[in-house]
Amino acid sequence: MKNAETPRRAEEHGVPDPFPYMHPLLRKNYGNWDWHDRPRPGVLHHVAKGGDEVWTVRAGTQRQMDVHTIRELCDIADKFADGHIRFTTRSNAEFMCSSEDKTEPLIETLTAAGFPVGGTGNSMSMISHTQGWLHCDIPGTDASGVVKSLMDELHHEFTHEEMPNRVRMTTSCCQINCGGQGDIAINVQYTKPPKINHDLVANVCERPAVVARCPVAAIRPAMVNGKPSLEVDEKKCICCGACYPPCPPMQINSPESTKLAIWVGGKHSNARTKPTFHKLVVANLPNNPPRWPEVTEVVKTILYAYKDDARAWERMGEWIDRIGWPRFFDLTGLAFTKHQIEDWRGGRSSLNASTHIHF
Amino acid sequence: MSKKIHETPMLDELEDGPWPSFVTGLKRLADDGDKPHANMMKDLMGQLEHSYETRTGYWKGGTVSVYGYGGGVIPRFSEVAEEYPESKEFHTLRVQPPAGFHYSTELLRNMCDIWEEHGSGLIALHGQSGDIMFQGCKTEKVQPAFDELNKIGLDMGGAGPALRTSMSCVGHARCEQSCYDEVRAHRMILNGLIDEMHRPALPYKFKFKFSGCPNDCVNSIHRSDFAVIGTWRDDMQVNQEEVKKHVARVGRKQMIDTVISNCPTRALSLNDDDTLDVDNKSCVRCMHCINVMTKALSPGEDRGVSVLMGGKRSLKIGDTMGTVIVPFMKLESDEDFEALNELAETVVDFFAENALEHERIGETIDRIGLANFLDAIEVDADPNMVNHPRTSSYVRTDDWDEEARKWHERKDAKAG
Repeated sequence: MKNAETPRRAEEHGVPDPFPYMHPLLRKNYGNWDWHDRPRPGVLHHVAKGGDEVWTVRAGTQRQMDVHTIRELCDIADKFADGHIRFTTRSNAEFMCSSEDKTEPLIETLTAAGFPVGGTGNSMSMISHTQGWLHCDIPGTDASGVVKSLMDELHHEFTHEEMPNRVRMTTSCCQINCGGQGDIAINVQYTKPPKINHDLVANVCERPAVVARCPVAAIRPAMVNGKPSLEVDEKKCICCGACYPPCPPMQINSPESTKLAIWVGGKHSNARTKPTFHKLVVANLPNNPPRWPEVTEVVKTILYAYKDDARAWERMGEWIDRIGWPRFFDLTGLAFTKHQIEDWRGGRSSLNASTHIHF
Repeated sequence: MSKKIHETPMLDELEDGPWPSFVTGLKRLADDGDKPHANMMKDLMGQLEHSYETRTGYWKGGTVSVYGYGGGVIPRFSEVAEEYPESKEFHTLRVQPPAGFHYSTELLRNMCDIWEEHGSGLIALHGQSGDIMFQGCKTEKVQPAFDELNKIGLDMGGAGPALRTSMSCVGHARCEQSCYDEVRAHRMILNGLIDEMHRPALPYKFKFKFSGCPNDCVNSIHRSDFAVIGTWRDDMQVNQEEVKKHVARVGRKQMIDTVISNCPTRALSLNDDDTLDVDNKSCVRCMHCINVMTKALSPGEDRGVSVLMGGKRSLKIGDTMGTVIVPFMKLESDEDFEALNELAETVVDFFAENALEHERIGETIDRIGLANFLDAIEVDADPNMVNHPRTSSYVRTDDWDEEARKWHERKDAKAG
């Protein structure tokens, strides 16, 4: 019998040094760039202090990529971009070209291969993407499908720079909000308290940790059917799902009660106004695979109201700050309900303590 | 033996349309004939179709790791393995990419070859924390897959209550607005603390993010416990000839409407000769005018970083943003970098010792108050940390004179 081999001990490299992988023009001019412009949507042109120039072509990807897709991107990079690719935080692939005349054939090649060129300047970039049913253990929906459906509908806004300012959209498959903040965010919103499988709680869940996890102290230990379990005060429960990851028998999802909500006006950048969080504008949209048409419809309504009405360089939230929330709800046809009045900690600071009224 | 492919009418609908389709990619892997991943991906697609039909997820967690490390693998076991046995184990390896997401095609091809041999052939570039996500691996293949990835210079990322994989913007590599060497800061801090990533022992996750300027392209204020953001403290650089050209091209009205009027602190004015007047003492380095006039305007030359702490997503107290802890520190010399590294170590040590279980540093700060946190990490209070001084009178001020004396001493020391 063969002896069990000791597994290989890892070399603890840490974060890989990017310089061996960096495009040579980027490596050469590291820290010495002078200015840039955008010759056309999807192309950035950077000029170094020493005079070197680089043209970057940006293309959208599906993020969840099979090895064949990645090799196809590699073939394109070998042909046009000296064998280098960089990815943006929103999963766009960037190809750096050493001369301008490579950009048009590169764009044609990418487009023919099905990779849309765009996502630069005042366009809508790829939607920030979480996991969902494909891989997550607690998902209410599938990010890949929602993102694909929306990007199909909004393809034109990725490949053109026609927005007042950049638009950054996000998705999240549960209320933890891994997708982060966005100009428009499409997030799961649970509508019912968790349904508890009392037979499993004692064996699966560390009960004090679950009690501690609840933001509103609605969970307490209880004996149910003679077994140690947990119970939820459903009057206090805010249906956030925080108890579900540490205790899967507290099932928060169901095909009927897991809904989608849309939030607007989040912003990461410090440009003009300070960063902001997104705000709830509609909830209770159906979780309707494979294409989530109700969600797409609302997103388009909001996005095109912004596109039509915002001034140059206003982000979604800045536009609404100017026109006021009453006009936002008029322009989009969405409802303002009592559920949109903040009652979480610090919520009073979001109330209007003035006579500044929009008519 | 090759399995039959499951019917996937709902997923098939996601092959239409102009955006690249992940379903087409999954199918290509399922169609890979005799490749070891083909059967796995057939059943994976079957399970995903089942999720679409029933609007329910079917993965549960567990414990899988590689030798010597306590984290980095996201275990996934199927709850419907009887129907979809080939994908009953579908673990993810979180692997740290080169800082700034730079790749050679050689590295990408090597990654593909390894993942085709040991995993599903599905790779997400990248996860929300910035990891390369090698998605879909059987338990027995996790160690050999990682060994091969490790041999080509890659290392595991973070998961669980640990230091997490970090992200830095393109920065110095291709952006004139970058105010510090992001790669150096990113690698110095993360590699110095790497033990906290590979052997999870923190109260909860801890994330660093590195943005070269206040445009914050990696969303560090919202998404990290410790955000390092480039800025400058001298005057913005203005090329007045380029300003004049810009005004000539777009017209005065557009210049005023899109640049002058958008300055958040009214620090800009257009002179009668179409040059720009900048009140640099009022400027807050928001980047707007520089973003619009990329050739005429640039950050100043006395560059460094602002450090903000406490950003996170919903759990448990609601989303929080990072807030200013260090308004400015230089980041050029070896000593400057060492000072940033020491701050990072101090904060992670404080977090390890003082945060409650499952508490992020922003929640700790919320719980104990910013003033106590500043005392603990030995940083002095600064008016740049607040929007405005307190409005509530419920505070004890009996040592006010002593605190005020310290403030004046610090100011005098700075004035030299």
